[in-house]
Amino acid sequence: MEAAAAAAAAGGGCGSGPPPLLLSEGEQQCYSELFARCAGAAGGGPGSGPPEAARVAPGTATAAAGPVADLFRASQLPAETLHQITELCGAKRVGYFGATQFYIALKLIAAAQSGLPVRIESIKCELPLPRFMMSKNDGEIRFGNPAELHGTKVQIPYLTTEKNSFKRMDDEDKQQETQSPTMSPLASPPSSPPHYQRVPLSHGYSKLRSSAEQMHPAPYEARQPLVQPEGSSSGGPGTKPLRHQASLIRSFSVERELQDNSSYPDEPWRITEEQREYYVNQFRSLQPDPSSFISGSVAKNFFTKSKLSIPELSYIWELSDADCDGALTLPEFCAAFHLIVARKNGYPLPEGLPPTLQPEYLQAAFPKPKWDCQLFDSYSESLPANQQPRDLNRMEKTSVKDMADLPVPTQDVTSDDKQALKSTINEALSKDVSEDPATKSGLLPPPPALPPRPCPSQSEQVSEAELLPQLSRAPSQAVESSPAKKDVPYSQPPSKPIRRKFRPENQATENQEPSTAASGPASAATMKPHPTVQKQSSKQKKAIQTAIRKNKEANAVLARLNSELQQQLKEVHQERIALENQLEQLRPVTVL
Amino acid sequence: MAVCIAVIAKENYPLYIRSTPTENELKFHYMVHTSLDVVDEKISAMGKALVDQRELYLGLLYPTEDYKVYGYVTNSKVKFVMVVDSSNTALRDNEIRSMFRKLHNSYTDVMCNPFYNPGDRIQSSPGGPYFLCPYPVQVGPTSCVRSSPGGPYSCVRSSPGEPYSLCPIQSRAFDNMVTSMMIQVC
Repeated sequence: MEAAAAAAAAGGGCGSGPPPLLLSEGEQQCYSELFARCAGAAGGGPGSGPPEAARVAPGTATAAAGPVADLFRASQLPAETLHQITELCGAKRVGYFGATQFYIALKLIAAAQSGLPVRIESIKCELPLPRFMMSKNDGEIRFGNPAELHGTKVQIPYLTTEKNSFKRMDDEDKQQETQSPTMSPLASPPSSPPHYQRVPLSHGYSKLRSSAEQMHPAPYEARQPLVQPEGSSSGGPGTKPLRHQASLIRSFSVERELQDNSSYPDEPWRITEEQREYYVNQFRSLQPDPSSFISGSVAKNFFTKSKLSIPELSYIWELSDADCDGALTLPEFCAAFHLIVARKNGYPLPEGLPPTLQPEYLQAAFPKPKWDCQLFDSYSESLPANQQPRDLNRMEKTSVKDMADLPVPTQDVTSDDKQALKSTINEALSKDVSEDPATKSGLLPPPPALPPRPCPSQSEQVSEAELLPQLSRAPSQAVESSPAKKDVPYSQPPSKPIRRKFRPENQATENQEPSTAASGPASAATMKPHPTVQKQSSKQKKAIQTAIRKNKEANAVLARLNSELQQQLKEVHQERIALENQLEQLRPVTVL
Repeated sequence: MAVCIAVIAKENYPLYIRSTPTENELKFHYMVHTSLDVVDEKISAMGKALVDQRELYLGLLYPTEDYKVYGYVTNSKVKFVMVVDSSNTALRDNEIRSMFRKLHNSYTDVMCNPFYNPGDRIQSSPGGPYFLCPYPVQVGPTSCVRSSPGGPYSCVRSSPGEPYSLCPIQSRAFDNMVTSMMIQVC
């Protein structure tokens, strides 16, 4: 069997840690069998049990955390002792239970059970074999030792099942390098913490939900022949491991406690860097602007996915929404998320918000990650792009400010149209100008509304790029033009292109004006500059035609809008009349 | 120093009633119920004028031998009714007003909670939420977890498919505010 190899490994491979271990024949056999069982359970395929050990190469075998923890617990030693043992045997240091560490641990267990202090020296001497209560129904053992274990974590499979992914996350965060892939028997959360973070929360929740539904099929009994598919960690989240999760996680959690108690100086309410990143990413998925906040309804939908009960969620909200404004800023969101995570891991919620979750603390402790700045840059980039059409709008409007009854230039075929329509209906250009800043400032507060906007306006911008130079030129030219050409400044930009189309000569004239300064009548001037400005006029024609097309479309839209609004107005009028009638009829009654 | 505080919804059903436990609670429930008529009367009396001009604080609704009942209405027709002991002399009007204002603020905070649906009961679970840690969580996790006995989790609701809409909301802040009002004049 592996006895010889194991012994060799034990003898030769532990030079870095505790002194070489001399095992008797019986001990070797026992230990190797136990090790094989623990390691085989880890490395085997689905459905196979301990007899898979032969497949596992002894030299590279490592025992998975789960069965090791179970084994240790079966030794019925107090938790502190087990913790000491794991520390001493070096598993804590190297992060996994190799053969060496495992054997030493077993020997220490034997020592402890014999009443010797848990020291390296005690294993030098001859010891009886460690005793383990390996019964099928380990549940009884677990229930029998609530004092050793954390009863709350163990007794309710549902909770511990849920603790699964998040407890692991906590653990991995806090013990970053000491966990090796072999310590993560769970399939869906892969071993490395950063990789784990990529598991979307919703997936995690769905996984938990499905595991919760399967929580009751006697996980206790299933534990022993349990196979922990650690090899399939890279494979996607399967439903297969869900069945094993309950006991896995329980044992793993205990294992974590054993191993991590000393390296767990932080409270459960302290957010680690990776957790923070995860929360921030989730925040970002809900709300692209990190300096803004998530509204209550959005947050409610998101947190409801966690499958916590509504009273719990509302309590968490009460705790985390410090300013009681019905919305969560980034630190508030992180605090709420963290509380939810903790709650799902079985931690009871605190009476008040812990100091490490206070928004000020969170903001101070974690400077904004880089993606904030990048996001903000892109955000601010899109903002000027959006502003340009507005600026141009305003410019054109000021150029035709003297005209009162002209429809607003329809640069954007978006909701701005409605505002433009309203302003035209009101027939107050001053209102236009005042609305422009309003719309422009309206861009800044609601970032979610922002993303759709740049697209149409940007696409329009491209087409407008040609138009705008002409239009900008047009007003300036209009200003410069002679009094005889007052028609030109009279026109608003939409009609200006139309004019141009009909009178290209006129435009040619205008172009020529600044250069030639000839203010002759249009017809006379057209003759001369024709050949010289032919190129320009063709380009302008195209631009004008596109502008005309766009304006026609916009006009059609506006006309439709107008008719709809008129219809609505009529209906509202009728309603009002009806209500007033009713009021009149009812009035005598109420006086009584 | 109120002996009973009640929050009544627009449709005149109670969202929250709490009275000092020493007294017969039914008596206070009845008083609050009858005071609703007075509230309606006061609202409609001002009804001719615009709603905006109506003041939120309604003042003394009616006095009885032992108690005085004060009322307050929000703009969304949610009514606060407070019963005060008559023997508690020198509770001035502006003190009552400030108490109502605080109540209103607490109520607004409850409304801000997205998990609260308007029209739900405002409630903290009896004896404090059972999922709370009975000990302050300032130290490591071990103390927190060990201190809670295995018992409480037995009553944790384990069915995720619970109909959420029927669950009363937990609102400890509001409850605490009411408690403080019963203990002292705010």
